[in-house]
Order: sequence, then structure tokens, then C-alpha cells
Amino acid sequence: MFRNLGELILLFTATVRALPRVWRERRKVGEQLFDIGNASLFMACLLSLFIGGVLSLQVGPVLVERGLGSALGGLVALSMCKELAPVMMSVLIAGRIGSAMAAELGSMRVYQEIDALRTLNINPIHYLVLPRVVAIAVALPCLVIFSNLVGWLGGALVAAHNDRIAVSWTAFFTNLQQQVEFGDLANGLIKSFVFAVLVGVVSCHQGLSTLGGPRGIGRSVTKAVVNSFVLILIMDYVLTRLLLPFDDGWGI
Amino acid sequence: MASAANTTGIPVTVRGLRKSFGGEPVLKGLDLEVRAGEIFALMGPSGSGKSVFLRHLIGLEKPDDGEIQVGGEAISNEGIGDRFRLAMVFQSGGLLNSLTVAENVGLYLAEHRLKPATEIERIVLEKLALVELGPEDAGKYPSELSGGMKKRVAIARALVIEPQLILFDEPTSELDPLVALTIGREILNLNQRTGATTVVVTHDRDLAFGIADRIAFLLEGEIVALGTPEEIRSHSHPLLQRFLKAEFR
Repeated sequence: MFRNLGELILLFTATVRALPRVWRERRKVGEQLFDIGNASLFMACLLSLFIGGVLSLQVGPVLVERGLGSALGGLVALSMCKELAPVMMSVLIAGRIGSAMAAELGSMRVYQEIDALRTLNINPIHYLVLPRVVAIAVALPCLVIFSNLVGWLGGALVAAHNDRIAVSWTAFFTNLQQQVEFGDLANGLIKSFVFAVLVGVVSCHQGLSTLGGPRGIGRSVTKAVVNSFVLILIMDYVLTRLLLPFDDGWGI
Repeated sequence: MASAANTTGIPVTVRGLRKSFGGEPVLKGLDLEVRAGEIFALMGPSGSGKSVFLRHLIGLEKPDDGEIQVGGEAISNEGIGDRFRLAMVFQSGGLLNSLTVAENVGLYLAEHRLKPATEIERIVLEKLALVELGPEDAGKYPSELSGGMKKRVAIARALVIEPQLILFDEPTSELDPLVALTIGREILNLNQRTGATTVVVTHDRDLAFGIADRIAFLLEGEIVALGTPEEIRSHSHPLLQRFLKAEFR
């Protein structure tokens, strides 16, 4: 475990040191961004719509019973932007994109493509890891913004059309506007950026350290997804704790 | 076989090379010299450590002990870097499956930004022609190629580097005898044309005896015989003789 952690830190450091080359690798970053968007946008939309809806459905009747129905918009919106959108989108990206990255790099390793790159004096971190990590770090916060919007929409839809809640669109979004501040959105975006880097580095590390044949690739994919999930949840607590002092406002 | 006049090859010297995996010794103190410009074949049964040896030459493995000098300079932990032009043709070809044949062949020039795109395109077609592949193959992906074609593309990719040392890992494995013959001739032509030092790791007796200037026989991580093809044929080592004379009937 400690060896893995050490290797992860080394890979992360090497990727950060390679950042000045990112403009040079922009075409590959663009290709990765396209792949990420293509593979995850529809799922993100579906997932966010239902998360927002289920939040309204769970909390709405309780609030309405206590005469607090007007607070539903803010509650759904804050839950989405501070917690659910960053975590759920990161889990989605780890499952759909991280696994694909681990499989692709794992197969490149097994079939000597990475060795071939080294013999051509091409650094695999520059050529393979940097574009993937940068693309995922750009895509995930964008996906979280999108998820917030769709989730709020899902919440408002259920709030307005469920007979036990019956909070109008206007009431929902008015409360949302009053409650959600820039700091709340920034909170979720900071989390998603950190999760993105985690997912990217963990998935690339697992891919690059694949041993054996197809079974080894399968093992790497499983490890990449499981390790990403575990690290996302641990870092979620750590970041929530670290960002707590900023909850009263970011001075903006 | 390499003419001295056009020799651009570099010598390789290996002293006391040792390597173990999981406590199991794979190379047991190898001493070897490969002369500049020659075709050197390292022959031996499967699992004798041939490919591991080859990976050390290009810096893909770090020795537990011993020293490797390429062109008179020791290989450091970072490999040979850009001090010399080295190329390796992998057993599987090592082509990048996400790139076309042309992109694979031109990868070195494109990534290091050594030539403009139009010039790279010209060089790629020229190198593909040298291995008897045409412009119609340039747009294909590795998954659309036969085993022999993949090896030829890998050779074309190596040619782009204009290597001073070129390493072949089992170049004729998984190929039918006719394609294997073509690949053997490609290696020979390449050596005669460029004068690059050529190290071929193989368990294909016909290939080794057909193209090599000198042959070493590796057995369980140790070199048990080294010499010209004639010297190897007449060598008295019993396992070498069994290896050379093995027949079905």
C-alpha cells in the first residue's frame, strides 16, 4: 500500500512538473476532453436530474409538513453544489473514464507500446499521462456546473409537480437565489478539481503499472475504480473539513 | 557482412551483467562485446534471459550489478537519452494501436518536432517503401495489419531514427517461413545499407545462422558459446548441439 502511495505521489509530481508542456500537448488534451464529454454528458444529465428529484422527494414533504416548504430550493441547491454534484460526478468519471484510461494504458503496457515510446525517447508521462490528467481536471468541474443546473431543475420539477410538496417553480428558485452564494459553488468546484486530479493520477498509475496479460489489465481497471472511489470519499471528508471556515463567506 | 566503409554503428560492451526477478537469477554475470556495425545474434531456448538482456541494452531494465557501455558510454539510470540513436523492434511490433501506420512511423520526428509535417510525410513514405509497404498502407491501423506487416512497420519506424544500434526481439516469431525469410532479408539489407550495429535476439536457428556475423548461445542466464556461425555449429557444448540438431524425427 505504501509503495503504491509513494508511486502515486511520484507520478503526480512528475505530471505537475510536466505542466509547462501542456500547450504543446493541447491536441491530445482536446481529444481527451472530447472523449470525456462524449462518454459522460448524457449519464451526468440523467444522474443529476434524478438526484435533484430524489432530494426534493425525500426532504420536500417533511419541510412542507413543518411549514418550511419555501426553504426547499435552497436546501436542494446547496446539497447539490456542495456535496452531491462533485462526489457523484467524480464517481461517474472514475467509473466511466478512469476505468477506460486504466484499461487503455494497461493494454499499452502489456503490448509493449509504452516500452516502444521509451525507446523513441518519448516520455510516457508527457505523451500519455499529462493530457489525460489535464483533460479530466478541466472536464470534471465543468461537468459539476452542468450537474448543478440539471439537478436544480430536477429538484424544482419534482417540487412543483408532486402533490405532497407543491412548491412552485418561482418559490423554489427564489429561495435558491437567496441561499446559494458564489462560495458554495466554489466549494464544490474546488472539491471536483481535487477529485479529478485524484481520479486521473490513480487511473494512469494503475494502467502504467499493469503486469501480466489480459487478466492484469482487468485487475488494473478494478483497482483504478476502487482506489478512486475510496480516495474520493476520504478526500471529500478532508476537503469538507478544510473548507468549513469559508462557509460564512469568501469575502466576495 | 557490414561493409566497413559505411559503418555508422557503435560498439556495445557488457561486463558482469546480473539481473534477478523475485530472487530468481535471470542473467548471471554476462560478459559480451558486440562490434560496431556487425549483426550479432543472441540465441537460446525460451526463458534463457535473451529478451531481458536486450531490454538492458536500451535502458528498459536496470541491472542488479555489472556495466553496459553503448558507444563507449555507460548506460545510466535514465537510459542512453539522446547521446546515441538507438532503436528497438519489439516481438509484438510495439506499434501504437491508436495511431495509423504513417503516424506510428513518423512518431519520433513529430513528437521531437524535428521536421515539418510535409517533410515527415515524405520520409514516412520513403521508409515504408524500404520495407516494401506502399502509400495505401499508410492510413491503416495496426489492427488491420498482418503479423509480418506489423513487424515491417516497426522496422520502418526504427529506420526513421537512423539508428546507430538497432535491436530486434524475436523478429520472426509468429511468422510463417516465407515472411520470416523476408524479415531476415530486411535486417540484412538494413545492416548493409546503414552499417548500424544490429543485435538480434532469437530462438530461430535459420535466422541466426542466415544473417549473423557472430552468434552467442545463452543458456540459463550464461553465455555458453560465442563465435562465428561456423564456430557455433562445431561447438562441443551438448545442450547447444541438442538445440541445433533438434528435429521431430
